[in-house]
Amino acid sequence: MLVNEKIAIEHGLKSDEYKKICKLLKRIPNITELGIFSAMWNEHCSYKSSRIHLKKLHTKGKKVIQGPGENAGVIDIEDGDAIVFKIESHNHPSFIEPYQGAATGVGGIMRDVFTMGARPIANLNSIHFGSTQHKKTKNLLRGVVHGIGGYGNCMGIPTIAGQTSFDRSYNGNILVNAMTLGLVKKDKIFYSKAAGLNKPVIYVGSKTGRDGIHGASMASASFDEKIEEKKPTVQVGDPFTEKLLLEACLELMSGDSIIAIQDMGAAGLTSSSIEMASKGNLGIEINLNKVPCRETKMTPYEIMLSESQERMLIVLESGKEELAKKIFDKWNLDFAIIGKTTDTKNIELYFDNKQVANIPVNTLVENSPMYDRKWKKSKLPKKNKIDKTTFKSLKIKDTLKKILSSPNVCSKEWIWQQYDHTVMGDTIQKPGGDSGVVRVHKTDKAIAATVDSSATYCWAHPLTGGKQVVCETWRNLISVGAKPIAVTNCLNFGSPEKEENMGEFVECVQGISEACKYLDYPVVSGNVSFYNETKDIGIKPTPTIGGVGLIKDYKKMITMDFKEIDNIVLVIGKTEGHIDQSLLSRIILNENNGPPPEVNLFNEKNNGLTLLNLIEKNFIKSAHDVSLGGIITAISKMCIKGNKGIQIKKPKFLINEIEYFFAEDQGRYLIEINPQNFKEVSNILDKNSVHYDELGKIIDKEMIIDQKTKLSIDELKSYNTNWLKSYMV
Amino acid sequence: MKSSVITFPGSNCDRDMDVALTKFGFKNKMVWHNDQELPKSDLIVLPGGFSYGDYLRCGSMASKSKIMHSVINFAKSGGLVMGICNGFQILVESGLVPGVLLRNKYLQFICKNVHVKVDNIDNTFFKNLDKKVLEFHIAHNEGNYFCTNDQLKEIEDNNQIAIYYCDQNGNTNDQINPNGSIKNIAGIFNKEKNVLGMMPHPERMIDQSLSGEDGSIFF
Repeated sequence: MLVNEKIAIEHGLKSDEYKKICKLLKRIPNITELGIFSAMWNEHCSYKSSRIHLKKLHTKGKKVIQGPGENAGVIDIEDGDAIVFKIESHNHPSFIEPYQGAATGVGGIMRDVFTMGARPIANLNSIHFGSTQHKKTKNLLRGVVHGIGGYGNCMGIPTIAGQTSFDRSYNGNILVNAMTLGLVKKDKIFYSKAAGLNKPVIYVGSKTGRDGIHGASMASASFDEKIEEKKPTVQVGDPFTEKLLLEACLELMSGDSIIAIQDMGAAGLTSSSIEMASKGNLGIEINLNKVPCRETKMTPYEIMLSESQERMLIVLESGKEELAKKIFDKWNLDFAIIGKTTDTKNIELYFDNKQVANIPVNTLVENSPMYDRKWKKSKLPKKNKIDKTTFKSLKIKDTLKKILSSPNVCSKEWIWQQYDHTVMGDTIQKPGGDSGVVRVHKTDKAIAATVDSSATYCWAHPLTGGKQVVCETWRNLISVGAKPIAVTNCLNFGSPEKEENMGEFVECVQGISEACKYLDYPVVSGNVSFYNETKDIGIKPTPTIGGVGLIKDYKKMITMDFKEIDNIVLVIGKTEGHIDQSLLSRIILNENNGPPPEVNLFNEKNNGLTLLNLIEKNFIKSAHDVSLGGIITAISKMCIKGNKGIQIKKPKFLINEIEYFFAEDQGRYLIEINPQNFKEVSNILDKNSVHYDELGKIIDKEMIIDQKTKLSIDELKSYNTNWLKSYMV
Repeated sequence: MKSSVITFPGSNCDRDMDVALTKFGFKNKMVWHNDQELPKSDLIVLPGGFSYGDYLRCGSMASKSKIMHSVINFAKSGGLVMGICNGFQILVESGLVPGVLLRNKYLQFICKNVHVKVDNIDNTFFKNLDKKVLEFHIAHNEGNYFCTNDQLKEIEDNNQIAIYYCDQNGNTNDQINPNGSIKNIAGIFNKEKNVLGMMPHPERMIDQSLSGEDGSIFF
């Protein structure tokens, strides 16, 4: 087939991008070459709209072993151990085919982690669906949850935490962000940089089929009514093969045969071979007849663009072929020597003894387009003036009931009970807590991980929202007694070609960067997902942050359930009564405008580190951060989990009780302490200038507020746990 | 005591079982499914996981693997064999214990703590047990035990039901049944009581920091 501009445009390239390709090659590309360019230059692989801004992220720190740019980020957790982790989106495919889309999302992120030599030890996910009234929501939720479970459970990796939200803006574009953490010895980390000439290039794993061709291009465009036709671009996962691939790769990695290794993810063989060559400043030559194919008569174009799952590309030390083959034979996996490294700095492909492509590697990588797209700055919305009589008309009991049973606050047990969260025998904090926690196998250390996003805040004011999400994950880690170390981010936005969306992206990134820098909590890996749009309607800006922290002695881990009657409960951090953008405002007052709560990074850091200090001194019996739904919602969850009640006395403030209990001011935690330690704890808080309120004391099975409002714990439990189960029936 | 844990392609609780057995004093060896011979053992464990990806039927392909000939012979000569979760499915498929395991009644994978009642301690596995109701952990998609009426009569007559799903007080009823198993059956023996298959994972309950400790009593 002769290539022309029309065909290039059908491949998702822009007219001037096609001209640039012809100029770089000094000729017209053939169809295989065009396919390769389109795969490498699409938004998903090239980050052409985001690169310029991602450079501003805060990515350095004492604990960072590997920042962004590799398959995943790596952080130091002492004693020669390191944690490899990353989050990635699989939004577009999951909307088209929820089970396979979500499953292969989980499979892909696990591969990114074990490619680096790490055994995966935990999975997390952040999933976002449209309105609960929307006709597709239920099936999408069911499919995505089955897909995540289907893949992760079979792999035998516990899914330890997650986030699920519902919002109208995801009606036409759901979000599925999957995160994996792996454990590796610091001196046994593998990278994707090829080195050395004439080294064998090895293909291992599943055979290549026609599935997922142009998957990455599909993920780089908005949706329209023909979306169903895109089903063939969704890959099909086989977790069993991936489990074998994991074991085989780790077995090979225990020796010294591997020079470089890269999984075949988005854009398959194309991006994996080119990335390895590019990083090593080398050329690569591949004989496509040697690639194991599962279907007959596959063309070079199809072989290069297939996104069949569970495949890896390895540059091996010369002479290690037999040893490596033996391992893959043992695990019944394909093993083929398909090419070698060269000094041409070109990617050269051969098929039926003919050269079918010859492209300088740098044209695909360094010379790929980079755009500084126009973006619009957003203004901080004006505060709403809420009439005080409105608050007076609200009853705490009714309001709390509505909030506890609202889709974004209710218990997600229906979801996480479908995920194996205890396999590997090291899960010491299950889903449903502030963070999931797994022990570092056979040590006293534990790793805490959490994933969060606050699209509503980001939508109201991207800069503040960006900061807030980072702080939220930081608090989640502190609440379980972990020292936060680093984050991974998954930036889900609408079309970058629109100034508003691009503005949301730029300002969220700025917010994330500021918070990460201030908290010494760098970004070590991540991914960008643009074009989350259907028929011109985009999602709310949804940067998802995955935070990771270390607990040096796992016996000091904190959970949120109330422990003992007569213990006292304090609120750490000041409650100013910020109602705009809170759940109270949105679902009770039906008011969606106004600014999100302000983020004060000094307080955030000071409050968090002071609490960690109190935990270190064994003063804290339980802790929970205050987020959606305010103090009263957080307190309810602590009661439900501990099956204990609380007698609350609202501190005497100027703000009324509705504002005090439901405000979503930031930087706050609830803590349980023994009354005997009150003096010492309050001294430490005072000395560090941390504001605190005495909220009440723990009693048996009833929540009593100022002697007026009484709720039994069973009541609270039923509000919180029933909604999702009955919705999904 | 010497034990052996068999690793099939797709097993994923083999390491956890090794950790548990070792913790409670077993000298454990890992055995590859393609081996012919078993090492000298007092106990053979078929661990949980997704052997052969659960393709065809859970446990069916693993039940035909090379090492299973030796496992079957070992069981027939009176050796102790225990199958947990996918291991239970393999035992059923290989005919070492009666019945089948269907998909859970609500068609969903379930991962949670459950209580099980032990009725019969007149066997090697439970003889030292001083508690009737144990808290165990399940994580499966196909744990819905089923058998014919004749089979059920036979296993009841022979006291082959090892454990039942129950509430914390030991009551068995439909409400507490997590997967639709007939008679709330969570585990069964062969006739001779030297082979035990059960869905719950005692190896995930072996210390205070995990979901519970009742697995320790079991080992």
